[in-house]
Amino acid sequence: MRLTLKIWRQKSTHSEGYFESYKVEASENMSFLEMLDVLNERLISEKKEPIAFEHDCREGICGTCSMAINGRPHGPQTGTTVCQLHMRAYKDGETIVIEPFRAKAFPVIKDLVVDRSSFDRIIQSGGYISVNTGQATDGNSTPIEKGQASEAFDSATCIGCGACVAACPNGSAMLFTSAKINHLEKMPQGKVEHTRRVVNMINQMDKEGFGKCSNVGACHVECPKEIPLSNIAAMNRYYFSAVFTKE
Amino acid sequence: MSWIINFLKSSIGKKLVMSLTGLFLVTFLVVHLIGNLQLLMPDDGKAFNIYADFMSNNPIIKIISLGLYAGILLHAIQGMLIAFENRKAKGKKYAVTSFENGNWMSKNMALLGTLLFFFLAIHMGDFWVKMRFLDVLNMVSYPELDYEVKNVYERVNLAFENVWIVIVYLIGLLSLALHLIHGFKSAFVTLGLEHKKYSPLINAIGIVYSITIPLAYAAIPLYMFFSHQSHY
Repeated sequence: MRLTLKIWRQKSTHSEGYFESYKVEASENMSFLEMLDVLNERLISEKKEPIAFEHDCREGICGTCSMAINGRPHGPQTGTTVCQLHMRAYKDGETIVIEPFRAKAFPVIKDLVVDRSSFDRIIQSGGYISVNTGQATDGNSTPIEKGQASEAFDSATCIGCGACVAACPNGSAMLFTSAKINHLEKMPQGKVEHTRRVVNMINQMDKEGFGKCSNVGACHVECPKEIPLSNIAAMNRYYFSAVFTKE
Repeated sequence: MSWIINFLKSSIGKKLVMSLTGLFLVTFLVVHLIGNLQLLMPDDGKAFNIYADFMSNNPIIKIISLGLYAGILLHAIQGMLIAFENRKAKGKKYAVTSFENGNWMSKNMALLGTLLFFFLAIHMGDFWVKMRFLDVLNMVSYPELDYEVKNVYERVNLAFENVWIVIVYLIGLLSLALHLIHGFKSAFVTLGLEHKKYSPLINAIGIVYSITIPLAYAAIPLYMFFSHQSHY
């Protein structure tokens, strides 16, 4: 299949970006990233600058491949990352627009690569639990109700790819932050930092310059792990209880 | 007290202000509608004029209406500030806009809100300002009252003879319906009230409310306009 790609090129964070068009021939069995690999091979052989994009595991679990395809983070398929998107999702002769994730808190480093360390700082501000030193206790010694464990796991599957922020018209990180808060809140091990965690993580999220959620729900639609939107309402509840009832 | 200020400056605190003022305005819409439906009574505006006189002179209503003006302004100003902050947080927009991940209403609440604000300015300028501050309305007396009241009904009737005013109202009410379809359920989510047991009910009430209330409001200018038409 022959495709026209309009790809965002940007030398560095502070330089002006622009779209450049490329013609590429791809097989429908290629993944989207493999198609970009083919293009990059050609650019290298032509002694041109290859397109910078992030990738790591290429099996849909690392969340590194951050790009918006035709305005949608991770492309049109639901519940997948870009590496799990295959060219059979496109038609011969199609034009595909590829851009980096857009959000003020995710500055572009180069081309399609963005800096998502703001997420790391949110995690550092409260995404941890207290454990006693010494030997690890037996996992089975702390009983956890199955439904509770499943809910915690649903939130814990977040891979921190940033698609929620990229999809949000407000550039809000509330799905990410709430998933991280809830996954720990639902576990008995997470109760120790209950109050501190929600306040600190939300403060850090605001400090990083993320926007304010207006319950559009685009984050959930584009999330490759389909993190439930109900996390956000739960985070609001925890925050109210922490602010109004605790020291 | 610094904790309250910090809370109101936080993203969730700002959202809470929007949610609470929004829900307050939702209750106001019902009260305002019940009062205004008296315009449709076949009594040449008697019930409505007496009601309007009561609403503008009763001291308790006066105090409540101050709260209402504050609520409207707070909702509008806070909404505007949030929209600007969010625009800044988003930065550059995508070259391709997709509506596959969210409906148009939810992505355009600020635009709908701005339309509503302008509508409100026109609406209040036409009736509220004339009723309260200007001496332009005719007086009318009824046997039930020992004093004269302003004939607001006459002014409303006159306004809705004009097809352009009717169209402005219909656009305003359409914006209201679209704003409410997203705003109603969103307000509850912001309050943390979301659960698979009761959220479907809240969402269903939201849809019914967002359609019936603006439709009932729209009935007033439409009825008055077409009854004028049939007189000629």
